[in-house]
Amino acid sequence: MCLGIPGKIVEITDETRKLAMVEISGVRRQVNVACILKEGEPLSSLIGEWSLIHVGFAMSRINEEEAAETLKVLIMLGEAQEEIRAMRESAVQL
Amino acid sequence: MKYADEFRDPVLAKALFARIEELAAKTGATKKKPLNFMEVCGGHTHSIFRYGLENLLPDCIDLIHGPGCPVCVLPMGIVDDCVEIAQNPNVIFTTYGDAMRVPGSKGSLLAAKSEGADVRMVYSPLDALELARRNPDEEVVFFGLGFETTMPSSAFTILEAEAEGIENFSLFCNHITIIPTIKAILDSPDMRIDGFIGPGHVSMVIGQAPYEFIAERYNRPLVVAGFEPLDILQTIVMLLEQIIDGRAEIENQYSRVVPDGGNDNALGALAKVFELREFFEWRGLGSLDHSGVRMRPEYASFDAEIKYKTQNLKIADPKSCQCGEVLKGVIKPWECKLFGDVCNPENPVGALMVSSEGSCSAYYQYAGVRSKALRVEAKIAAS
Ligand code: SF4
Repeated sequence: MCLGIPGKIVEITDETRKLAMVEISGVRRQVNVACILKEGEPLSSLIGEWSLIHVGFAMSRINEEEAAETLKVLIMLGEAQEEIRAMRESAVQL
Repeated sequence: MKYADEFRDPVLAKALFARIEELAAKTGATKKKPLNFMEVCGGHTHSIFRYGLENLLPDCIDLIHGPGCPVCVLPMGIVDDCVEIAQNPNVIFTTYGDAMRVPGSKGSLLAAKSEGADVRMVYSPLDALELARRNPDEEVVFFGLGFETTMPSSAFTILEAEAEGIENFSLFCNHITIIPTIKAILDSPDMRIDGFIGPGHVSMVIGQAPYEFIAERYNRPLVVAGFEPLDILQTIVMLLEQIIDGRAEIENQYSRVVPDGGNDNALGALAKVFELREFFEWRGLGSLDHSGVRMRPEYASFDAEIKYKTQNLKIADPKSCQCGEVLKGVIKPWECKLFGDVCNPENPVGALMVSSEGSCSAYYQYAGVRSKALRVEAKIAAS
């Protein structure tokens, strides 16, 4: 819950609610991107960006290489599997 | 070096270990008078155990596993409040999976669920809000816990609920803040910390400025660290270098993720929705001033504490449980009398055994055999 997991923003799904679809290790999930949006920046510019995703929120932009390395370590720690399980088993999906 | 081949870059790992040996020797620390570095964050604890770093470091460096696992510091009284809210017939009580198994005085949320309460695990508070949209005739409560890493997600969810006018959603806010906790550790009479491995993802939100007092007032270094084992080793090198130079500064080893100034958008949302509590009760650490947040009065209609008039009862931990001492670094997990036989991840007595980030559970999982041997040694020494 605290380590988060890297995800790639693939689509903007809701402009007003600042929601985007991210791809996390092959799993798709809607997340809120309000935290990583710079002032005046259009949401669409986030497409293709990587970010650390914490409990449904994109919290910090990272580069692709970082993302891959981080994911490797999270898989080793068992955290990535935990996160993905938590997403899949969530009582309801946004 | 048994685990070295698991490191992303074994060559670099070896070089870092060698550098740590060299620097540690320069500090004059010994096995009897070691340097104590505290990792504040449970994520670091998990990495340290998973990669066996403790065993690979020179024995003049001791790692103290701090209070940074939010699930582990949840007092029983709060779990009891959760169960009570969840038992309301029209309530759907939601929370992160990690919080489901924490024991309260009358059992955990998982136990309440098996007895018929509507308790549901969600991945995100946004999912809880979605449940509220889909179930307009029921009240959805989200149990928000965690440090500044998860706090923004609760704040943004409340702002969203307000913007959409979703009235059947509320937050049972039990978020905690890191700074007063570190301060309490520094002020504790048995304090023996020489430096901090600073929390990575909390810092991603709050930035580095809030830590300055640690260097200025307490003359201790803190290095914000990433979660990879190589990050942690690099951080230990940076701490040792500061100690040798006689410096106490706040440095950032994790700049690829943590901007020096934190995240303004997240901080803005926090300031809007939350205010500091006068004090907050922690499992094992007691009551710490200003260490928790509650919702501002403007958001009272989304505040489960007000909606359900929770009791906030103080419930003492079981007598034999030594979570507090472990949290403060006074004893090691395996020195707790309950460790292993009575208290284990299947049947946690204390919260440090619940989450994989809790130091007892980490010891149990990754150092079980070794810690059993240490326990026998300690018993022999004590007799
Ligand atoms: S072994 Fe159990 S009771 Fe003892 S300190 Fe650890 S979690 Fe607490």
